[in-house]
Amino acid sequence: MISKEEVIHIAKLARLQLTEKEITKMQKDLSAILDYFDLLKKAPKLKTQRTLRGQTSQSLRADEIIEKPASMANNLVQAAPDKKDGYVRVKAVL
Amino acid sequence: MELTNLTITQLHQGFKDKKFTSVEVTKAYLEQIKKTDKSIGAYLAVTESLALKQAEAADKIITSGKHFSMLCGVPCAIKDAILVDGEIATAGSKILENYVAPYDATVIKKLKTQGAVILGKTNLDEFAMGASTENSAYQVTKNPHDTTRVAGGSSGGSAAAVAAKEAVYSLGSDTGGSIRLPASFCGVVGLNPTYGSVSRYGLIAFASSLDQIGPMAKNVEDAKIVFEAIYGKDQNDATSKNYQFEESNINLKGLKIGVPKEYFSEGIDPEIEKIIKSAIQKAKDAGAKIIEISLPNTQYGVACYYIIAPCEASANLARFDGIKYGFSETADNLLGVYLQSRGRGFGAEPKRRIMLGTYALSSGYYDAYYKKAQQVRELIKEDFTQAFKKVDVIFSPVSPFAAFKVGEKANDPLSMYLVDVYTVAVKLAGIPALSLPAGKIGKLPVGLQIIGNYFEENKILSIASQLEQLF
Repeated sequence: MISKEEVIHIAKLARLQLTEKEITKMQKDLSAILDYFDLLKKAPKLKTQRTLRGQTSQSLRADEIIEKPASMANNLVQAAPDKKDGYVRVKAVL
Repeated sequence: MELTNLTITQLHQGFKDKKFTSVEVTKAYLEQIKKTDKSIGAYLAVTESLALKQAEAADKIITSGKHFSMLCGVPCAIKDAILVDGEIATAGSKILENYVAPYDATVIKKLKTQGAVILGKTNLDEFAMGASTENSAYQVTKNPHDTTRVAGGSSGGSAAAVAAKEAVYSLGSDTGGSIRLPASFCGVVGLNPTYGSVSRYGLIAFASSLDQIGPMAKNVEDAKIVFEAIYGKDQNDATSKNYQFEESNINLKGLKIGVPKEYFSEGIDPEIEKIIKSAIQKAKDAGAKIIEISLPNTQYGVACYYIIAPCEASANLARFDGIKYGFSETADNLLGVYLQSRGRGFGAEPKRRIMLGTYALSSGYYDAYYKKAQQVRELIKEDFTQAFKKVDVIFSPVSPFAAFKVGEKANDPLSMYLVDVYTVAVKLAGIPALSLPAGKIGKLPVGLQIIGNYFEENKILSIASQLEQLF
């Protein structure tokens, strides 16, 4: 069973504000799901020490400059809720 | 003649013979949507003015007497996780409530080049996370065959739109079964293509090593036409592959069909088993060789998938921070904006998956969950590699049961995850699979899953189109 404190800690890492009710439900749901994941402990070990997907198949591609129309940048900025002079505005970081 | 009954091929011929225009067909569909979608809830948005403009443009091409493509003037529906330039794209989430797509997804660009008519954006589980569309922040899509039941998910709106004659065909996306499951529940054809065969550019990302866009259609021929229109290498998606689809004519006689014994073990509805077994028998009667095979790591599929997909989702959904897209909550400081925008913008299922993914990737748990799941993924992949040494294709059910009641599983996430038991392994391996309507339990359709080896969509489609005549 995952503890309430762990749920709160993970929610903070995930940048999610959860209500008290959500925390209780999350604790119950995550515990059931994580218990189910224990099944994987029974899975056989990989015979060959092959490298794993994600670390192998795609070798890094070269950096390429792909031209996009200038209107695209404008469209992207327009999607932001708070903007000024073609920039996205955020709260002070420091 | 009922225009909404016609397939892509029939519409194309009708346009050629000047029997009707694209505007007439489009209006017939818009009318049908107005009539039936209140009770079905397939569409989140109907793009009527876009559709009529595209239909008029298509009619100009058609009447010009020049050659026109198969999809020219044919009305379709698009899952709301796929971007259509200038139209709202919500991905079924409140956090993207007012988000206007700034560009066309590559698949949309391709459809537009062919002269397609886009009727609207279809409902889905929030960020494609779910098996019933009950996780949509907006509405539940009902099964057109029985509106007390779910359409399946996550591409439930796309499947229901085709089944309810509210679109000729549609695009969905499949991460763990999201095309095949609703196709099976709604009685339409749904193709999950090989990972990398269709560009993901412009598909709102859920789990990038699994997500794949594919067609949903009235029949196999139509699904093939749409697949041929959307597949191909794309410079905007580094995982897309350069390959050439070549139509093939597979003879059922002598075809080696593998039937995995693990897919008929406990938990399957006996009625489903009966329909799938009888479908297999029909293939056998047509001369196919049926070979029992084993996919020994099947039992780990769901657990493996529900670690890997949430891990990737927790990273992909980090971009929804209240800064870059529509929904934003005001707060005193930057952290507060993140916490509150995400806390109020996401629904229960994305939150659960972000939490699971964050947990499984966190220090101390990474090896036990994420790394272990990646190893098991290799085992599952190897199961299929071995199987395809012995057989040409694999037949299985799509789902252990037919469409369930709305609300039946809504409060038990784990039981909802287990719906994916026959569809996730295909995704973990990255191979293609199609759901073909094979029979019905009462009013409820049941799909046969035809699984092929990498980039063998042609084989699957050829076999499916022959079986379609036998079922």
